[in-house]
Amino acid sequence: MAVSSSTGKKSIWQFPLSQLTQSSWPWRFTWAYLTLMLFLPIAAVVLRASTIGPIEFWRIATSPIALSTYDVTFVTALITAAINGVAGLVIAWVLVRYDFPFKRILDATIDLPFALPTAVAGLTIATVYSNNGWIGSLLTPLGIKVSFTRLGVGVAMLFISLPFVVRTVQPVLQEMESEVEEAAWCLGASEWKTFWRVVLPPLLPAILTGVALGFSRAVGEYGSIVLVAGNIPFQDLIAPVLVFQRLEQYDYVGATVIGTVLLAISLVVLLFINLLQAWGRRYDL
Amino acid sequence: MKLSSRPLSNSPGDAATKKRQWVKPALIGGVFVYLALFLYIPTLNVFATAFGDGIIPFLHTLTEPDFVHAAKLTLLAALIAVPLNTIFGLCAAWAIARHKFPGRALLLSILDLPFSVSPVVAGLMLVLLYGRNGWFGPLLQNLNIQVIFAFPGIVLATMFITLPFVAREVIPALEEAGFDQDEAAKTLGANEWQTFWRVTVPTIRWSLLYGVILTNARAMGEFGAVAVVSGNLVGRTQTLALFVEEAYKQYQTRAAFAAAVVLTFLALITLVLKEILERKTRIKDVE
Repeated sequence: MAVSSSTGKKSIWQFPLSQLTQSSWPWRFTWAYLTLMLFLPIAAVVLRASTIGPIEFWRIATSPIALSTYDVTFVTALITAAINGVAGLVIAWVLVRYDFPFKRILDATIDLPFALPTAVAGLTIATVYSNNGWIGSLLTPLGIKVSFTRLGVGVAMLFISLPFVVRTVQPVLQEMESEVEEAAWCLGASEWKTFWRVVLPPLLPAILTGVALGFSRAVGEYGSIVLVAGNIPFQDLIAPVLVFQRLEQYDYVGATVIGTVLLAISLVVLLFINLLQAWGRRYDL
Repeated sequence: MKLSSRPLSNSPGDAATKKRQWVKPALIGGVFVYLALFLYIPTLNVFATAFGDGIIPFLHTLTEPDFVHAAKLTLLAALIAVPLNTIFGLCAAWAIARHKFPGRALLLSILDLPFSVSPVVAGLMLVLLYGRNGWFGPLLQNLNIQVIFAFPGIVLATMFITLPFVAREVIPALEEAGFDQDEAAKTLGANEWQTFWRVTVPTIRWSLLYGVILTNARAMGEFGAVAVVSGNLVGRTQTLALFVEEAYKQYQTRAAFAAAVVLTFLALITLVLKEILERKTRIKDVE
């Protein structure tokens, strides 16, 4: 604030700089901590990736094994995020609009995938869905194999991204007046039409935000999937596991390239989520 | 809110009510089946398998030196990472909630990056910084400090992954509370520290506590980032989550599930505390 009097006019980039040098110690500590813990690591990956050269980068980033891991990672994450989009909407609806026994317990346990370590999730899903597991043994006669296949990757992704849509839709639904719905109802709109034209539109930003959050979490997921999947290249190998394998072989260049691709996707999804949330705020009055 | 308040007199309403009588149990049933398949059965399975041979083998695992070491390491890493990230979270929330500056929205999204970036990539970042061929590799080697494949690396990975939790919980609480009371305290002659400790912290205590609990749960359960930087040396740099994977891969299913039970308890305690905190904040809202 004091700067403005001395310089008269301050440009946009000068402002944070002056904040940095003249502000209180929490502000300075925040920036120092962020620089050390967040910006420096990101810079390390980005700068290391940029030393490789664009042609070499592209060659490694689009090698057949890398492409197959993108297919397994992103396509599976997209499908599971969509499934959880629908399931999450239904769960949120049931929790907000209906009363039934064990509702509180159901509500509290939705967050279990957030709290449960991913290694535990992977261990137990691999066991339950294995050929002689509780659920797997019922699926085996039908010719469905889950553990150590791409389907297992999907189940693990469903598990870890389960709460996102529920938790983003729930508050919006809670605030939504059921009177609007009743009005549409009284005016003769059909069940389906009411849902499609009245209920869904204000929920859409929240649903999409939840789906994007779930997608981004599923794309990055490592702990549960490494245990559930067979990690076989071109079958069920995901991109994070490929990064890990490259690091184990001391192939830092390979790991950095795939890692940068994943980092870039995370940033794009984060940006997308912020835009969605800004869109969602349109409905707040 | 109640469905019974819907108009029942006219005939379309009646037809719809009949339709709804079918919809409600179907949706609730569907939700229970979905959650059972992907949430409850797997969680129950952890306990069933761990105690499948009775409690003696379970307790036997808990006294194994490798397990004890892994548990100690997990606790120690959390003991360092959680307080540091709490202090950071408080400072960041205090600074960000108060200041309106260009790029604030951008900073908030970047703050979320540790949530969305793959833990393996987080580990990779630390290896590129502190590893043998990393930026600080030669410097650290001269000082004879080992970060990667050692305890400091585990702590750094844990800190990176849990960086945003406290800040993310406290920023909205601070924004909602506003700063009128702070200003009042200052006008009455309280200094910065007094204002912070006596006025700001009490108003945000529940969200702060919630953030700390989440940080702790994630810190103790972190797997991917720690797996990259720790080297997973049994009895040296193996945390509980790594112990689970290693035991499972060595076909020591009992040991893996015994450690998993310990971690699941941690998750359940987290959920219970979270529920209690949510009730507290709800009571506060009503007052």
